[in-house]
Amino acid sequence: MSEPVVEDDPQSRRRAVVRQSLSVAVATGLYGVSFGALSVAAGLTTWQTVALSLLLFSGGSQFALVGVIAAGGSGVSAVATSTLLGVRNGLYGLQVNRLLQARGWRRVLAAHVTIDESTAVGVAQPEPALSRVGFWWTGLGVFVGWNVTTFVGALVGNALGDPRRYGLDAAAVAAFIALLWPRLGTGEARVVAVGAAAIALLLAPHTAAGVPVLAASAAAVVAGLLPRRTQGA
Amino acid sequence: MSAWTTVLLAAGAAYALKLAGYVVPAHLLEGPVVSRMVRLLPIALLAALVVVQAFVSPGGGLVVDARTAALGVAVVALLLRAPFIVVVVAAAATAAGLRAVGIG
Repeated sequence: MSEPVVEDDPQSRRRAVVRQSLSVAVATGLYGVSFGALSVAAGLTTWQTVALSLLLFSGGSQFALVGVIAAGGSGVSAVATSTLLGVRNGLYGLQVNRLLQARGWRRVLAAHVTIDESTAVGVAQPEPALSRVGFWWTGLGVFVGWNVTTFVGALVGNALGDPRRYGLDAAAVAAFIALLWPRLGTGEARVVAVGAAAIALLLAPHTAAGVPVLAASAAAVVAGLLPRRTQGA
Repeated sequence: MSAWTTVLLAAGAAYALKLAGYVVPAHLLEGPVVSRMVRLLPIALLAALVVVQAFVSPGGGLVVDARTAALGVAVVALLLRAPFIVVVVAAAATAAGLRAVGIG
């Protein structure tokens, strides 16, 4: 009987997952700077910006919240948009819970770091033990990186002053298209994106700021209810 | 609603949704229609945010300005598989540059 090759030993596989998790954390942390800067440009204080990253901790929802505020939308529409964007985290929790089997305070903490990145790295692993390593290292790594860089970004944003002069309003546009881009893989996704964009543009001249984005979520509801065509059951 | 109320309400709702996945019985959240809607919801919201931020003026009218040009640059950067931070910086630099020369 020979020993298994090095790549197959549990320690090195574990280290590979940790490396993957940390690289995701570093990459995600980089856009914490843009969030911090955009948030203070939208009119939130440094501490409100820091609180969003500590307590809300879901990038898409945070960008959406400050985007609606920057566009002049009400607090209600900002909270509603942020919350609708966070619905997917509930389904992530369902998937992660099966792998994690966390109880007590670990479950309370796991829920807080259940986001796109931690779920993606966690569920991508071939066995539950590695899934747990990937979920926790990515979730906690992104949490640390995101919060540190949010604070830096808020300081940068305050130092820059007028957000338009440095194109920070355009940075928000770019952040949203970059968050959307990887989700456009299927024809159905692209149809929903175009439909939602059309709804928002049609409503914008006639409704209060914030309303067009919320109304555009109807595109997802309608598409979800339509019978599937070719993909089968 | 004060800014702090907005921040804390949004944070509370976000945590409640995350926790729901761990404590709500799975059969209530699964099913083809619900899971499709949940998958498509961020797509619809992000697409709407893109066009509102790129084409809607503070008064609600539709405009083509430096932000629209920045969106074009962001799309090109994404097609070239640039990382997130490069996409964002390229777009901001485009808008800032256009405004510096008096466009948009």
